[in-house]
Amino acid sequence: MAEVRVTVDGVNYADEVEPRMLLVQYLRERLGKTGTLIGCDTSNCGACTVHLNGQSVKSCSVLAVQADGGEVLTIEGLARDGELHPVQKAFNECHGLQCGYCTPGMIMAAVDLLGDNPDPDEGEVREGIEGNLCRCTGYQNIVRSVQRAAQMMKPGASAPTETPAPVAGD
Amino acid sequence: MIPAKFDYVRPSTVEEAVSALQQGGDDAKIIAGGQSLLPVLRLRLAAPSVVIDLGGIPELRRIAEDGDRIAIGAMAPHHDVMRDDLVKEHVTLLSQATATVADPQVRHRGTLGGALAHADPAGDLGAVALALEAEFVIAGSSGTRTVPAAEFFVDYFTTAIGEGEILTQVRFPKYTGWSTHYEKFNRTAQAWSMVAVAAALRVEGGSIAEARIGLTNMGTTPIRATGVEQALVGQPATADSVRAAAEHATEGTAAPSDADAAADYREHLAKVLTGRAVLAAAG
Ligand SMILES: Cc1cc2nc3c(=O)[nH]c(=O)nc-3n(C[C@H](O)[C@H](O)[C@H](O)COP(=O)(O)OP(=O)(O)OC[C@H]3O[C@@H](n4cnc5c(N)ncnc54)[C@H](O)[C@@H]3O)c2cc1C
Ligand code: FES
Ligand code: FES
Repeated sequence: MAEVRVTVDGVNYADEVEPRMLLVQYLRERLGKTGTLIGCDTSNCGACTVHLNGQSVKSCSVLAVQADGGEVLTIEGLARDGELHPVQKAFNECHGLQCGYCTPGMIMAAVDLLGDNPDPDEGEVREGIEGNLCRCTGYQNIVRSVQRAAQMMKPGASAPTETPAPVAGD
Repeated sequence: MIPAKFDYVRPSTVEEAVSALQQGGDDAKIIAGGQSLLPVLRLRLAAPSVVIDLGGIPELRRIAEDGDRIAIGAMAPHHDVMRDDLVKEHVTLLSQATATVADPQVRHRGTLGGALAHADPAGDLGAVALALEAEFVIAGSSGTRTVPAAEFFVDYFTTAIGEGEILTQVRFPKYTGWSTHYEKFNRTAQAWSMVAVAAALRVEGGSIAEARIGLTNMGTTPIRATGVEQALVGQPATADSVRAAAEHATEGTAAPSDADAAADYREHLAKVLTGRAVLAAAG
């Protein structure tokens, strides 16, 4: 057993885990944060995307012990005071999903992208979410959602949220 | 699936990591970014008894200028390498090739050293290290040794890193002012190269004074296209002379045939992509 101390969605945790436990398993099975999904065995689908120390990662491809001392943000920690994050709102408004399986990972990848590049063109959005697969939408409305979110998050834009939640990235 | 059970250690110095590796023997495995290793462990294609995490050794992430070289720690993540100002200025080709690796999430975790140590022939960074004549610093129980890129890549997934040894740094000569391009061919997002070509040129008064060309996925290791290099030197960077030189791209290659492409198609690609890479570099 190994010890892991992490902050997840603003709450501190200390746990004994088996070293082989994946971060996604820790989030889902230990902390009950089932908003983060598992879609593959090969690190391809991105459904499991969370932020670790401010950067998007595939939580199926990180050991829980590797997150020791770190800060994790999941889809469940994006909303602030009951207000959805602008990227969540935009996916809702622009129909950026059908079955919704890819959505938590897609949104976490998009939040990272917009932290890095607040005004991406279509090609930059497609490259920014390259690590996330969607089997339903054909991506059109996902790209639209991300660009809509970028507009909503522009300083001075009449964003539905007064203060967009801080975004990750560098 | 989840990996089989293993013990885990996170040493804080290279010396500790080397001794943990030696104690672990055959069954010990280094984990860097885990982006190649964890999928392998999850599919249970490997089951090490002990996993040694290099993530607790901050010096291994450093990127620094060292005289006429840029020294990049083995644990520098792809994301850092592609954005680093020193790398962009002096080893532009590495920055360009790294930007084509995988996707943002994988680039946040995956490392330069991990990718090179893994030595997948379809990996993008080996051809760059080979073409640019990088040096590999390898630590073992009797200290460190330096291996030139030409001797580092031994075979399919096999490098000069011996049992009980750790890759600590990759040192690139400076190619300040060279014209460079990485031309990668694949069909879908986040896909590996079917074939790719790394090109660096020193252009002087409209003609090519020096050329370095590396090929990805044209054999069991990255391949240096010396025939193309020789044919380019002294030539003007025009479409005709570059295409003629690119005809040498298949010399010394042993292209694989697999589900993505047959060997003869890869040979065709190598020539076409070499032409494109050189012309794009020459601008
Ligand atoms: C979806 C996906 C797409 C990808 N696409 C590409 C691509 O297009 N192009 C490309 O080049 N790569 C691609 N990769 C691989 C990526 O570049 C990985 O980052 C890289 O192969 C491994 O780096 P790592 O740091 O994660 O190493 P790990 O997975 O931690 O280790 C890989 C291997 O190297 C050994 N090792 C690692 N570091 C050292 C060291 N310092 N000394 C000795 N041994 C060491 C480990 O023991 C292990 O055997 C992709 C990966 C994924 C998951
Ligand atoms: S579950 Fe598919 S990438 Fe993590
Ligand atoms: S909405 Fe179904 S996978 Fe994306």
